[in-house]
Amino acid sequence: MTAGGRAGGRTALALARRGLCHALLLASSCLVGLPFVWMLSLSAKPPEEIFDAGFALFPDRWYLLENYGKALTEHPLLLFLANGVIVCGAILVLQILVCAPAAYALAKLRFHGRDLMFAFVLIGLLIPQQVLAIPLFALAHRLGILDTYAALVFPFIVSPFGIFLFRQFFKTVPDDLIHAARLDGLSEMAIVWRLMVPLAWPAVVAFSIFSVVSHWNDLFWPLIVIRSEELMPPPLGVVAFNDEEAGSDYGPLMAAATVIVSPLIVAFLFAQRWFVDGLSMGAMK
Amino acid sequence: MSAGVVLDRVSKRFGTESVLADVSLEIRDGEFLTLLGPSGCGKSTLLRIIAGLEAQDAGSVFIAGRRADRLRAKERDIAMVFQTYALYPHLTVAENMALPLKMRRMCLAQRLPGIGRLWPGRKAVARSIRDDVAATARALEIAHLMHRKPGQLSGGQRQRVAVGRAVVREPSVFLMDEPLSNLDAKLRVVMRAEIKQLHQRLGATILYVTHDQSEAMTLSDRVAVMHRGTLAQVGTPQAIYADPENLRVAEFVGSPMINTLSAIVASPSGVVLDGVALPLRTGLPAGGAVTLGLRPEAVSLAPAPGAGLLNGTVRLLEHMGAELLVHVALDGGETLTAKLDVARAGLVAVGRAVAIRPHLDQVLVFAADGRRLRCADHGGAVPASRGARA
Amino acid sequence: MTVPRPPRGTRELLSAGILAGPALLLLLATMLLPVLAVFVIAVTDWQFGAGHLSFVGLDNFVALFGDAVFRASITNTVLYVCLVVPATVGLGLALALLIESCGRLRAFYRAVHFLPYMATLAAMAVVWEALLHPTIGVVNRTLQGLGWPVANWLRDESTVLPTLAVIGIWQGLGFALVLFLAGLKAVPRDLYDAAEVDGADGTLDRLTVVTLPMLGPVTMFVVIVTALRAFEVFDTVRILTEGGPAHASEVLLHTLYVESFEYLRTGYGAAVTIVFLLIVMVLTLLQAKVMDRRVHYS
Repeated sequence: MTAGGRAGGRTALALARRGLCHALLLASSCLVGLPFVWMLSLSAKPPEEIFDAGFALFPDRWYLLENYGKALTEHPLLLFLANGVIVCGAILVLQILVCAPAAYALAKLRFHGRDLMFAFVLIGLLIPQQVLAIPLFALAHRLGILDTYAALVFPFIVSPFGIFLFRQFFKTVPDDLIHAARLDGLSEMAIVWRLMVPLAWPAVVAFSIFSVVSHWNDLFWPLIVIRSEELMPPPLGVVAFNDEEAGSDYGPLMAAATVIVSPLIVAFLFAQRWFVDGLSMGAMK
Repeated sequence: MSAGVVLDRVSKRFGTESVLADVSLEIRDGEFLTLLGPSGCGKSTLLRIIAGLEAQDAGSVFIAGRRADRLRAKERDIAMVFQTYALYPHLTVAENMALPLKMRRMCLAQRLPGIGRLWPGRKAVARSIRDDVAATARALEIAHLMHRKPGQLSGGQRQRVAVGRAVVREPSVFLMDEPLSNLDAKLRVVMRAEIKQLHQRLGATILYVTHDQSEAMTLSDRVAVMHRGTLAQVGTPQAIYADPENLRVAEFVGSPMINTLSAIVASPSGVVLDGVALPLRTGLPAGGAVTLGLRPEAVSLAPAPGAGLLNGTVRLLEHMGAELLVHVALDGGETLTAKLDVARAGLVAVGRAVAIRPHLDQVLVFAADGRRLRCADHGGAVPASRGARA
Repeated sequence: MTVPRPPRGTRELLSAGILAGPALLLLLATMLLPVLAVFVIAVTDWQFGAGHLSFVGLDNFVALFGDAVFRASITNTVLYVCLVVPATVGLGLALALLIESCGRLRAFYRAVHFLPYMATLAAMAVVWEALLHPTIGVVNRTLQGLGWPVANWLRDESTVLPTLAVIGIWQGLGFALVLFLAGLKAVPRDLYDAAEVDGADGTLDRLTVVTLPMLGPVTMFVVIVTALRAFEVFDTVRILTEGGPAHASEVLLHTLYVESFEYLRTGYGAAVTIVFLLIVMVLTLLQAKVMDRRVHYS
């Protein structure tokens, strides 16, 4: 809108409109943020205040230590988090190790069967992970890896989306640079790791965020292959916790939810830009 | 002064930076005036202020005799052609051209998609719009493109459609913001001629912004050279070229660039350049420094060294077809470019010593602060035929 | 060319094999062959743990469509998608337009609305359960305070699906918002200027002449992405309702899970999987087509 040398009435109108705008957005922010705020609030309240019919955000009697202490001791919450880190880390490292060289071959080498392989990648992009649950469960059973970390990791090692994304980025690297690297004596593997991956750094970061966020939050597959509590990733841990607290001992339950949710949220708040970019890139999947 | 555009001490700042400072300018009715200047000189901002897309901080804009400061863009009776053409990608060419008419001739209810059709009187308005669009399209030879979308057009065709969208409204002033800069060199020359013809046919007032001096020189009735938010000079292309107000204008206009040589004032009626005395009147006391501006065509080669001639060595030759550019390193250390008829190419070779004769009647003298000194006996009155070249 | 690139043919094939081989093998072993296996399993009566299996043709599919639970599951999923998609897209677009016209606090609003998309849904489902608790939940307490009717949201057949949909909208809203904001940013400023000169300078005119048409392709994209995610709803159903009450919140993925991994009716589960796969494939292909059109738009 151009404002400027126009009548003052129009500026007042614009001001009012802007105010309304912010009012609506603040209201919407409050609604969207309510579950988080309430989670934190309940995690600090003693049971009698939770059952009391008040709306107080802050407890009269702080019960933080008791709730979080109970949450951390009754179930191995920190172990769930560690499992999440181990599994997501393993998935991410293996994904990049497998996908980057393949993406380079698809983007820059000419070989028989390249088009066929790319077609496989595109088909892979079309397939939702849940469709593979039955055969992969059977495969894991046959391999004897049910209820292990390996079962959590192996279906995700090859990521068609990763290959596709890296290939898009690698294609933009000029051929001459690769020729020059070959002249300098770099092997094809060295070209992938010392040239292509550093050049495609934004894609690697975006993919990493997408991968970690989706696997950290995944409930479906762990639910199928994990039974032992000490192997559970965070979402499954929360479910186990919830099933046991069938009553309404909300304090420790909310404390547990807070602990599970916070790592990604904190990371997100520190690197908003990267998260938003990485996850909207993931929308292509 | 009735129609046209009048700017009265228009100023604009962005934050602390002054973009336009007290710009006053009159564009006559039916005139083609070009704002010429390097990027960042404020010419586009000025155009946007005239269009009503940007508000000035001080000063006034009059369009067709009306004070326009409080008018919205659509009330100013102007049309604009954008550098990127700004065609609506989801509308066909016909719909793009019809939109400004629709916004003016139909009321809100009639414009509503779907139910607007049921509104009384819409049919007649729609027909009048269709007719006007078709007439303009015929005139611009884009009638065969009417049902395509901008994405399916070539650069030149898009440009023509953008002009068509402006023309169809018959505004009193056209504003064009670097409309040719996204075209390749060849097409630019073609479209340049078309814009010129359009101006002649419509007799409309056109305010044209460009950084390309050849466009400014070939198209305009008058050129306004802008520098850092001020008008450096306003005049006919010939005057701008041959009779610049200051060194900056002289340097900005003309290709290859004007030669600038520093000289010392020896007496009020003579200067010394490279130890060579030249009878140029400056009116300044002896010992002052001046800059001499010599267009590449304002010098010629002398067969042998002599009085009033500059001596130097040929460093580089550039053949330009009918002309030859000779880069000369003067003995005094300065360099000079001379434009010669190609028939004289035999006289010069790289490394050969040459004598240069400046045409004293065409030498431009500038004071140390860049101001043009006009009290010279010569200079100024250059035949117009020499001027109009880019 | 004097560049010592590996000669075409054998050597290039060899290095390609080393580079792409692992990915190709895994692609076949963990994606493509398993998909084929699903189709094979779907025409058998296999049950996990059972030593034998036999070919039963399309019996599983016939049983599927005769199964009231599966029919409820399909209906519920479609209903859920129809609730979630328009609301998510509409609200996302409205919020994006508001944020864009507000100017300040843009990053803050975006971050707040994006939080649910990031947060582990399993954990947040537990929080929602607390919010929706019939007696001590803040939702019912607020409604009571306002004198409005309350409900046992997750235990009542008529409210359970809309309630899950609200949670789905809450979760996906920020994502739609972010995509719309990116779309808005990509609208050339010149178009707004041109619209203003052309006479379209009111809020409504700017919206109809420039903003909404320019957001057309993004909107299609958001619709499909949101629909895909809605079809995959599982976590909230598993944790909050397990498909109940009386299968009122039974959805496709939950049926798939229960049949395959709780009842171990593997062949039957595979048939459910194929139905799910077909729906998702159609949507994804539609998405690819839309993305293609977006490239040609301008």
